[in-house]
Amino acid sequence: MQTAAATSYLHEPKGLKSWLFTLDHKRIGVMYLVAIMTMFLVGGVLALLIRTELLHPGRDIMGAETYNRMFTLHGAIMIFLFIIPSIPAAIGNFVLPLMIGAKDVAFPRLNLMSWYLYVFGALFSIYSIITGGIDTGWTFYTPYSITTGTSVISITTGVFILGFSSIFTGLNFIVTVHKLRAPGMSWFKMPLMVWGLYATAIVQVLATPVLGITLVLLILERLFSIGIFDPALGGDPVLYQHFFWFYSHPAVYIMILPGMAIISELVSTFSHRHIFGYKAIAFSSLGIAFLGFLVWGHHMFTSGQSETASVVFSFLTFFIGIPSGVKIFNWLATLYKGQISFKAPMLYTMSFLFLFTIGGLTGIFLGALSVDVHLQDTYFVVAHFHYVMMGGAVMALLGGIHYWWPKMFGKMYSEFWARIAAILIFVGFNMTFFTQFIMGTRGMPRRYYSYPSEFTGMHGFSSVGSYVLGLGFLIAVIYLIHSLFRGPVAPANPWGALTLEWQTSSPPPTDNFDYDPIVEHGPYDYDKIHVEPMK
Amino acid sequence: MSPHDTPQASPLAHHFADMEQQRDSAKLGMWVFLLTEVLLFGGLFCVYAIYRAWHPEMFFNAHKQLNVWMGATNTIVLIASSVTMALAIRSMQLNQRKPAVRFIFATLALAGVFLVIKYFEYAHKIHLGQLPGKYYTFTGLEGTNPHVFFTVYFMMTGLHGFHVLCGMGAMLWLLRRIRKGEFSAEYYTPIEMTGLYWHLVDLIWIFLFPLFYLIG
Repeated sequence: MQTAAATSYLHEPKGLKSWLFTLDHKRIGVMYLVAIMTMFLVGGVLALLIRTELLHPGRDIMGAETYNRMFTLHGAIMIFLFIIPSIPAAIGNFVLPLMIGAKDVAFPRLNLMSWYLYVFGALFSIYSIITGGIDTGWTFYTPYSITTGTSVISITTGVFILGFSSIFTGLNFIVTVHKLRAPGMSWFKMPLMVWGLYATAIVQVLATPVLGITLVLLILERLFSIGIFDPALGGDPVLYQHFFWFYSHPAVYIMILPGMAIISELVSTFSHRHIFGYKAIAFSSLGIAFLGFLVWGHHMFTSGQSETASVVFSFLTFFIGIPSGVKIFNWLATLYKGQISFKAPMLYTMSFLFLFTIGGLTGIFLGALSVDVHLQDTYFVVAHFHYVMMGGAVMALLGGIHYWWPKMFGKMYSEFWARIAAILIFVGFNMTFFTQFIMGTRGMPRRYYSYPSEFTGMHGFSSVGSYVLGLGFLIAVIYLIHSLFRGPVAPANPWGALTLEWQTSSPPPTDNFDYDPIVEHGPYDYDKIHVEPMK
Repeated sequence: MSPHDTPQASPLAHHFADMEQQRDSAKLGMWVFLLTEVLLFGGLFCVYAIYRAWHPEMFFNAHKQLNVWMGATNTIVLIASSVTMALAIRSMQLNQRKPAVRFIFATLALAGVFLVIKYFEYAHKIHLGQLPGKYYTFTGLEGTNPHVFFTVYFMMTGLHGFHVLCGMGAMLWLLRRIRKGEFSAEYYTPIEMTGLYWHLVDLIWIFLFPLFYLIG
C-alpha cells in the first residue's frame, strides 16, 4: 500500500502549467468540474434575480427588456454550459476509465481539447452578456432571432463551439468503452454508470452535428439573409424549429441519461444490494437514446406542423415512458429489503426518485395533444422541465459529486452539513417549482416579468423557495471547500462499493491503478463478495 | 514532463496495451468522427430535399446554370485523388517511404485542381449575381425564389470545399511527419485515418454532383 500523498494524481506533477497541459482524464475531469460549477453559479444567480423580480407584480428590480435577457441567459447557460457537459464531462471523465480499469480515455489530447473548446465557448457566451445580452429565449427561434438587435451571433457561435466539445467527449467515451476495458470486463460486467455514459455518448455524437449546421445556417441567415429560415425570402421558420429540436430533444436525454446512470450506482451501493434488473436498466438506456430521436415534434404541437405529424409525435412520445418506468421500478426493487444507509448521496438519490417521477409523469400530460394546447407556454411547462432537469439531472449530479468526492480529492466532507444541505435543496426545490405547476394550470404564461395580482401569493412562495434552494447550495459550497483543507483523509473505499474505482487509492495515482486490474466479479455482486458495508 | 508526452521513441501511447489496440481505437474513433460529418452534411441534404420538393420547377431551371463539364471533371479529379491516397497508404504498408510521399503530393495536387476549377465556377456565378438570399441579382431565371437554389448550392459546395482544405492541411502535416521518419510499415495510422477522411470528402462530392448538376 503506497501513501496517497506521494503518488496521487493531484500532487504529481506540480504547478499550474502541469494542470493546463495535462492529458490525465482525472485532472481534466476536475478542471471541467470547476468550470461547470462556475457556470452553474452564474446561471443560479440569474435564476435568483429572475425570482426576485417576480416577487411582486410589475417592476421590482428590472424592466421587461432586462428580464428577457435574464431568462434567456439563464436558460442558455444552464443548458449549454452546465447540464449538457456536467455529468459526462466532469464526473464521467473522472470515473469512466477508472470504472472499466483503463489508464485513461482513448484520446487524451482530444479530451484536453474538448475542455479548451468548452472554455472558449463559455468566453463567447460571456462576451454576449457584455455586449448587451440576448433576448430570444435559449431556443433562438427564427424569425425573431434574425431581426433582434441583441448578440445572437456571438452566443450561437459559442454554442456551436460547445457542440464540438460535447462531440469530442462523446466520441472519446464510445471508443474508450469499446476498446479499453480491462481483461474480464465483459459488456455485462460493466457498471451501469458506464452503460449510461455510453448511451449518452451515442446521442451526443449523433445529434450535436445537426445543431452545429443549424446554428451555422442561422448565423449566415443573420449575416447574409440567405433565405432558408426567413419567411420574407421564401424560407421557413418552422424548419428551424424542426432542426433545432432534432438536436435539442435528444439533448434532453444527454442531460438525464447520465443522471440515471449515477442513480443506478448509488441505489445499489447505498442499499448494499445487487442491482435489480441489470440488463433491463442497461438496455433501457439504449432504448431511451434511440426513442429520443423520434419525438422532437412534440415541441411544436402549436407551431403549425401538420396534425398528422402531431398525432404521430404524441404517440411516440408516450413510448419514452416505458424505458424510464423500467428504470424507476428496477431501482425501487433494488431498495426492497436492502440495508439502506441514508448518507448524503442516498438522500439525493431519494430526491431524484421522487422528483424525476413527478417530472416524468407531468411530461405525459404535455405529450397529450389536447392537454398540451392548454398548457403550452405556461408555468406548467417550466415546472415540468425543472423537475426533470433540476430534480432529475442536478440531483443526480449532486449525489454523484458527494459519492465520488472522497475518490476525487481524498477527503471526507461533513456528513451532518451535507444532509442539512440535501434536505434544504429538496424542500426549496419543491417550494419553488411545485407552485409553478399550479400557476401553470391556472394560465400563468412563461417569460413575462409581470403578472396579474391574483398570482402574487404563489409567485412570492415560489421566490422564497428559490432562496431556500440557494441557501442549500451555499452550505454545500462551504462544507465541500472546507473539506478540501480540513476534511479527514478518505479511505480507498468509504462506501463499501464493489466497482473498480474504489479498489484503487483515494485519490488515485496518475496511472489509476498500481497493478493491472483483472475483473473477476460483477459490479454489484454484494451477494457473492464480502465487503464491509459503511457504518 | 508527464508520462503522457514521451518523445517519439515509441509510437505506442502509455494507456494502450499494444499497437493493435491503439490502431483499433484510432480507427473506431475516426469512423465515429466520420459519422458526425455525415450528420453535419445530413442537415444540408435535408434542406436540399425540402426546398427541391417545394420548388421542383425552379430547381430544374436553376441547375441549368451550372456547368456540367466542370462538375464532371471535378468528380473525376476527386475519384483519382482517392486512388492516389489509397496508394500512399499501400506504399507505407510496404515500408516504401518515397512512393508514399509522391502519392500524397499527387493527392494534394489533385485537391488543388479541384479547388481551382471550383474557383472558376464560383467566380462565374458571383459575376452573374447568382448568389444566395438577398444578394441574388440574376434575372434570367423563371420560378419562385431561385436564390434558394444558390443558397443551398453555395452552402453545400462551400462546406465541402472547406473539408477539402482541411484534408489538404492534414496531408501537409503527414508529409512533415514522414520527413521526420515517424511512419513505417508498423505504424502508419495517421496516413490511414487521413485516407478514410479523404474518401468521405470524395464520397460527399459524388452525392453533390448529381444532386446539383444532373437534375432531371
